[in-house]
Amino acid sequence: MQRIGVFVCHCGSNIAATVDVKKVAEMALKEPGVVHADDYPYMCSEAGQALIAEAIREKKLTGIVVCSCSPRMHEATFRKAAERAGINPYMVEIANIREHCSWIHKDMEVATEKAVILARAAIAKVNLNAPLQPGESLVTKRALVIGGGIAGIQTALDIAEAGYEVDIVEKTPSIGGRMSQLDKTFPTLDCSACILTPKMVEAAAHEKITIHTYSEVEKVSGFVGDFTVDIRKKARSIDMTKCTGCGLCQEKCPSKKALSEFNRGLSTRSAIYTPFAQAIPNVPVIDRESCIKFKTGKCGLCEKICQAGAIDYSQQDEIVTQKYGAIVVATGFDTIKLDRYDEFAYNQSKDVITSLELERIMNAAGPTKGHLERLSDGKHPKHIVFVQCVGSRCSDDRGKSYCSKICCMYTAKHAMLIRDKYPDVDVTVFYIDVRTPGKNFDEFYRRAVEEYGVNYVKGQVGKVAPQPDGQLLVQAVDMLDNKQIKTYADMVVLATAIEPEPSVRKIATMVTASIDTNNFLTEGHAKLRPVESPTAGIFLSGVCQGPKDIPETVAQAGAAAVKAIGLLAKDKLMTNPCTAKSDELLCNGCSACANVCPYGAITYEDKEINDHGIRETRRVAVVNNALCQGCGACTVTCPSGAMDLQGFSNRQIIAEVDAICR
Amino acid sequence: MQELVNRAKELLSSGAVNRVLGWKKGDLGYNPEPAFFETAEELEEFVYNGFCGANLSKYMIEACKQEGKTLVMLKPCDSYSFNQLLKEHRVVRENAYIIGVGCRGKLDVERMKKLGIKGITAVSGAEMDGPDTLTVETLYGTKTCAYNDAMLERCHVCKGKEHVVFDEVIGESVDTVDAERFSEVEKIEAMSPEEKFAFFQKELSKCIRCNACRNVCPACSCRKCVFDSTKFDSAQKANVDSFEEKMFHIIRAFHVAGRCTDCGECSRVCPQGIPLHLFNRKFIKDINEFYGEFQAGSDAEAKGPLTDFTFEDVEPSIVAERG
Repeated sequence: MQRIGVFVCHCGSNIAATVDVKKVAEMALKEPGVVHADDYPYMCSEAGQALIAEAIREKKLTGIVVCSCSPRMHEATFRKAAERAGINPYMVEIANIREHCSWIHKDMEVATEKAVILARAAIAKVNLNAPLQPGESLVTKRALVIGGGIAGIQTALDIAEAGYEVDIVEKTPSIGGRMSQLDKTFPTLDCSACILTPKMVEAAAHEKITIHTYSEVEKVSGFVGDFTVDIRKKARSIDMTKCTGCGLCQEKCPSKKALSEFNRGLSTRSAIYTPFAQAIPNVPVIDRESCIKFKTGKCGLCEKICQAGAIDYSQQDEIVTQKYGAIVVATGFDTIKLDRYDEFAYNQSKDVITSLELERIMNAAGPTKGHLERLSDGKHPKHIVFVQCVGSRCSDDRGKSYCSKICCMYTAKHAMLIRDKYPDVDVTVFYIDVRTPGKNFDEFYRRAVEEYGVNYVKGQVGKVAPQPDGQLLVQAVDMLDNKQIKTYADMVVLATAIEPEPSVRKIATMVTASIDTNNFLTEGHAKLRPVESPTAGIFLSGVCQGPKDIPETVAQAGAAAVKAIGLLAKDKLMTNPCTAKSDELLCNGCSACANVCPYGAITYEDKEINDHGIRETRRVAVVNNALCQGCGACTVTCPSGAMDLQGFSNRQIIAEVDAICR
Repeated sequence: MQELVNRAKELLSSGAVNRVLGWKKGDLGYNPEPAFFETAEELEEFVYNGFCGANLSKYMIEACKQEGKTLVMLKPCDSYSFNQLLKEHRVVRENAYIIGVGCRGKLDVERMKKLGIKGITAVSGAEMDGPDTLTVETLYGTKTCAYNDAMLERCHVCKGKEHVVFDEVIGESVDTVDAERFSEVEKIEAMSPEEKFAFFQKELSKCIRCNACRNVCPACSCRKCVFDSTKFDSAQKANVDSFEEKMFHIIRAFHVAGRCTDCGECSRVCPQGIPLHLFNRKFIKDINEFYGEFQAGSDAEAKGPLTDFTFEDVEPSIVAERG
């Protein structure tokens, strides 16, 4: 029989204001196995921990229950305290009477009743707890960064600078990401390429950084400190070791009708291409869907003219398998599709564009060589209307509920740049609110209004109607004057909401990182662990975690790097002893557990079994404790109940349920 | 039938198989029972007719541990069960010689009773190549009924005439489908929670916990059932519940979900006539709707829908919402 101590925390008034903590302690004392119960204002404090330690020694406790906040907050604290006082740390259970009880209830009587029940469940569990010993695992001193945009590049540089090997996996032919598509950056109006390119070059030249472009993560197994990742290096059809990057092949390629991804489909490119002039690596790829050689077998022009003999049509996808200690996800964003916003006539008129498309139009390497012109007829616009919050802060399911955060600032930037370069162009911005929190951000916006005469109108655009003469009739509301506005524009620019790059779902599943309803990766704690995924060893960098501008992205990229470095600097990690265990006598050998195991931790062996005198060779499940992460998927799948999770056994969970239902 | 006996004798005498798993005459004319035959003499008792509903797949778990090969006779639907067991590594393909036997639908003596044919002493016309009408000798005189009217429920929603695993096929199978597989499940789905509870309470309260359903079920093949083990509290819990059987049958349905081939043996053997297959069929219907059409046992390789994860899987919230 266990000797259990129950410790009820007031958490100041966080718990005690809603839960009668004395009564919880008093009721707990009546439970089987409980020999001691006490309450204290702050159990996590030094004094609170001392109280626990003293009780453990004096009352010879074998297990304790702390009724306090979420185990995510202080389970580790109390486990350590228990260990110092001489009992196994896994003999500690937390009854969460704060997040699960006091914070969500108002009625003291009801909340107290629930707290008593939660304590009862934890006591029932501790009664069945057994001491567990953690093992050790080694740390592979190498990091993987998924995504080669500014977030990924910065994280990789910072990790590499600390002396660890880093691999960047980028799915497009070049690193650079969204930032490479931008013309200027707010609030200083530096040329985006001018500040990004040196970083790209530095990453490419760094002896600790390996860049896999045109590559995707195919499979991830293992766990913190010891991930094994398969990287699919898509067939580039170019021998990277031979190519000199002369660009002749792109010039001569007769297939030039493919839409340029880099220019957001506003211009065409050749079938063999590097996405942009500063691409790294400066080695083209052949887009096999556009290439005449791949489509018809004829052509082969690039091969003929390539002096270096680098063209290789027979190249196959290659799988590179590598071990990593840490993985940083830096998959970035894309703009949302505007299919459900017919009122803005995006699909009807070439002169209704997204802000990212405007970036390309404004850029010297863009589809119009940097000239501001209408894509429909090449004419110089006289009036441009910007529409803010297209799909952001959206109350229906067409768009996103969140603020995309960057649009107010880049729209001010666009408006300012246009007014600066083309003073004859009138610019009107329709907005819900102008949000400019950030260093020198509001000053920047005010310059657009005050110095550059950009016409900001608080109100939303209801409709954009293309007119027979090519103009766009914009119908909107001026909310300050409370009147309807009808104005004619030559171009309409939509500040389209951003969303996580769609492939992040697949990556999140592979690395078992959690994701929210908007496909943003979830952080370990919204405030205290903003760059760590709840999954150990997975870190978050850039917009994959939430909308961010470049300065914030770079800061977060550095933070993610520091967390990864902190992990890589360790030689060994303690492993979680709460792993699955198979009862050989009950195992049917059916493989259901191995099928559901996300970590590949279960294998099958033919074993000589002595089942109460019946000796036979049976196919039985064997769990690799180093790989098992204790998720419990196998235990619920096992039809015979042979698979059980140490520390969370079926009996313990049923005992908890029984205690609650009693 | 004679062809089956001849072939079995041939394989026995050549040493290709060490024993034959089939059916032999029961104590009544309409209840043949599963049996092992090791000699030509024993095979004289072999029988195969409309009353041989018993699915022999599960017996192969033990048979596969014996020396040499076992010849097993499987009807098309039984072969699904065998395949499923193969997938679960419970039977060894190399230790089985499978003769796929033809089937024209199997008979349900309980249905005959429901048709008003009681006091049955003998039935004729149940042979494989028999007539469309059964002639039944009863204590109250000779009665007749259409063969199809006396068929088991499962045969009205038959999975098909094809065997999914076999070494050879002897005999033709007949298409017997004349009902919607999920119509009964849909009727229950349309009930209010109170009506559903009342329905299952009424049905399951008939249960005498004889364990026949579990013992016959090819999916219920655990070495040690959780209800027989002291390691779990399931058995005790089931015993103290307000209507004890709900725990037992519902836990059992969960345990075989995604693995049940819908062979219908549970309902066939239930001495209390509880439509146990409805639980399993509800799971099958849900699996089909959530994860796409799936027939357990149709192959021996693919992961089952409940033991696989794909990016196309429905979100748990959708499953929860639908109920």
